[in-house]
Amino acid sequence: MSAVLARYIVIAVAALLPARSVMGGDLRDLYFGEALYYAFQGHYFEALERLDAEVAQHYGVDEPQLDSLHYHIGQAEFDVGDFELNYRMHHRAGRAIKAVLEANVDEPVRNEAAFRLARIHFQKGQPDDALHALDGIRGRIPEDIRDDIEFLRANVYMATGRPSDAVDVLRDLQGSEGLKGFSTYNLGIALLQDGRPQEAIPQLDRAGQVGGGDQATLAIRDKSNLVLGTLLFEASEFGPAQQSLDRVRLEGPFSNQALLRAGWADASAANFQRALVPWSILAEREATDSAVQEAILALPYAYSKLNVHGRAAILYGRAVDVFGQELDKVDASIESIARGEFLKALVREEIRQDKDWVIRLRSLPEAPETFYLMALMASHDFQTALQNYLDLEDMRKRLVSWQRGLDSFEDLIRLRRQYYEPLLPEIDRQFRKLDAQMRLRLEQRKHLDQRLQHMLIAPRPDYLATADEQRVGAWIEQVEAGLQDAGNPEADALRLRIRRLKGVLTWSQETQYHQRLTDTHAHLRDLNADVDKLTAQYDAFVRTRQAATHSCVGYEAPIENLRGRIGGARERLDVLMTAQGHVLEAVASRELKARRERLDAYQNQARFAFADSYDRASKAQAQAE
Amino acid sequence: MDTHSTHSLCALANRARNRQQDRRAISLHRRILCTVGLALLSWIGGAPAVAQTVSKDASKEQMQSLDEQVQEIKSDVLSIAAELSRLEERLLYPSNTQVAVFVSLAEGETFRLDSVQIQIDGELAAHHIYSFKELEALQKGGVQRVYTGNIATGEHRLDVSVAGKLPGGSDFGGTQSFNFSKEAEPKLVGITLAGQGSGDASIQLGAW
Repeated sequence: MSAVLARYIVIAVAALLPARSVMGGDLRDLYFGEALYYAFQGHYFEALERLDAEVAQHYGVDEPQLDSLHYHIGQAEFDVGDFELNYRMHHRAGRAIKAVLEANVDEPVRNEAAFRLARIHFQKGQPDDALHALDGIRGRIPEDIRDDIEFLRANVYMATGRPSDAVDVLRDLQGSEGLKGFSTYNLGIALLQDGRPQEAIPQLDRAGQVGGGDQATLAIRDKSNLVLGTLLFEASEFGPAQQSLDRVRLEGPFSNQALLRAGWADASAANFQRALVPWSILAEREATDSAVQEAILALPYAYSKLNVHGRAAILYGRAVDVFGQELDKVDASIESIARGEFLKALVREEIRQDKDWVIRLRSLPEAPETFYLMALMASHDFQTALQNYLDLEDMRKRLVSWQRGLDSFEDLIRLRRQYYEPLLPEIDRQFRKLDAQMRLRLEQRKHLDQRLQHMLIAPRPDYLATADEQRVGAWIEQVEAGLQDAGNPEADALRLRIRRLKGVLTWSQETQYHQRLTDTHAHLRDLNADVDKLTAQYDAFVRTRQAATHSCVGYEAPIENLRGRIGGARERLDVLMTAQGHVLEAVASRELKARRERLDAYQNQARFAFADSYDRASKAQAQAE
Repeated sequence: MDTHSTHSLCALANRARNRQQDRRAISLHRRILCTVGLALLSWIGGAPAVAQTVSKDASKEQMQSLDEQVQEIKSDVLSIAAELSRLEERLLYPSNTQVAVFVSLAEGETFRLDSVQIQIDGELAAHHIYSFKELEALQKGGVQRVYTGNIATGEHRLDVSVAGKLPGGSDFGGTQSFNFSKEAEPKLVGITLAGQGSGDASIQLGAW
């Protein structure tokens, strides 16, 4: 296997598992659903912000089992790790998943955590640690990650120089629907790495014809065909190489490479007529692409080999012009990077809102600094640096917006205070008065209730005397007192009448006692409803009164604290952005300079070849005349 | 492509111009083939070649160190965001008046939701037009908080209007009214939308 091919061949790594869907019927916690809503859109900052808060709140309540997140807490903890990983916070993601591993959890949950930890290690370029985590998986494994675990294990084997073990694992995964294309392609690569090209070729051929219409499958199919075509080309099997390269889609990400390679497969087989077809297509494409530039030079070469020197001369002339234009662009790009325009172009909001923003960067005429950075974008390190820079810019905007938000909050608090401060003293005075009255009445009611309860065991008919009876009773007592010392017969007669009257009163009270007691209880119950209404109103007032205070009191310290934290974060972020930006600019500038040198060389080649073809065409014409 | 090789080839080409025309043409074509071939080889490497440049020149250690610092600051900013959210909620949506309305799709629904309008007690509370990504997130089981606001305790009316298209292309929509009660604690109102296969939307109020 040539060094070029070896460099080109890279195992396919399946994308991160997306957060699993919690469908409507299963969802018990709306805020968890909201975090998923943001995660499903790729807004991991918002997703993390919400889920972090929800999980923290869950563990903060006295009885977490009564909290609605209780039903999803296992999934939520995994999702926090997933979101952190997607937000490129590997350290925190690792810690979150290790916490799950160390907790007392069921075997399937522990195994899933181990798998996720292994995936993090693998992504961080620590395959030995990944293997160690995978080796810890035993017992019951959730069905939906079984194949993913084995696929990761095979990738780890390949990364640790054990392609033979990877082949064994990948052979068992060939029927996995979820890994269709990826496992087929990786098996081919593992066989190649294991020094078994004769087995690798039919395997890659299968990967190059795998069915399925989704973008990932189409891309892996194209990649398989390109690798296979390159492999066959290097083995000088130009015909089969051609067949594989022809299977690469004309509009896919590998199209330009395949067209160029197909042309060379034909040219190497001395079939220059056929080489014209892919190179002609390629030469008309975006001239900033290095494959296109090469085709612009290769196309007239094919014509010259076919002795069509006139056409070759014209195309070489065009190549000189195109390379000249491209050199101008590169120069403009280098200058604009030196002016700091590159970083400004990268953070343009309208670009980033487009999911194909990396591709759009190149098509923007007003962004010459990004013309030649497509290849750079494909580099993992550069992409990480770029993504970090964009994340930093995103955070910077948030911090700026939060600072403004704090100003608004303070303004709001000031206005509320201005409104409430003159009103509250009078309201409080009136409330205290009403409160005193209310407490008195409630005390009276309570006393009545106690007395009635007591009367159930110790009847007191006199307590239930009507107002008339009380008035008459008082009059009788007064008359009795007046007659106390009188000894005449009239007085005796009066005493007798008074006793009769008292008897009448006592009769009424004793005979009507039960009815009166029942009625009194009923009246007290009616009063309860009014008291409840009054209490509710009282509580509502107290809450509103508290809310009035809370709306403008007690915010100074937290706002000041937040302002300090935001300011500190901004300072550190600015320093970090500058450093990250310098790295990006330096890399971009170096790449552009390398491109410039290459274009310069191409242009020189085209100039000489133009002269040569022109001479030959002139000579041929002279001979014809 | 190796720049040094290219320059050597150019120098050779310069000298070739002084030779016999035929010999010159043959050697030039060979050189072009060689040059283009070299370019092809370097180009097939494509991104990994650039990756190597990046690794070499920009210092991988520096990038890793920066990456770690970025992770740390992300952690800090997330923590600030959480504290700010708590402050915002306390200040703007106190629990005794807070109401939040959430929208979700019934399981397996494939209709295209274009917009949702929420009215509380006859007043417009929220009107949201859905992007493709938002719709996809709802279809996967995400729940959108479409409105957060304040209302007094007691009974309230909620009017929900939806508009969209069914998988067949026909219009889909409907309006439904609900009553709900606001107590002293925050009120969460969940609305679940379903297509029913006809032009009428099924709008259900969830119990949360």
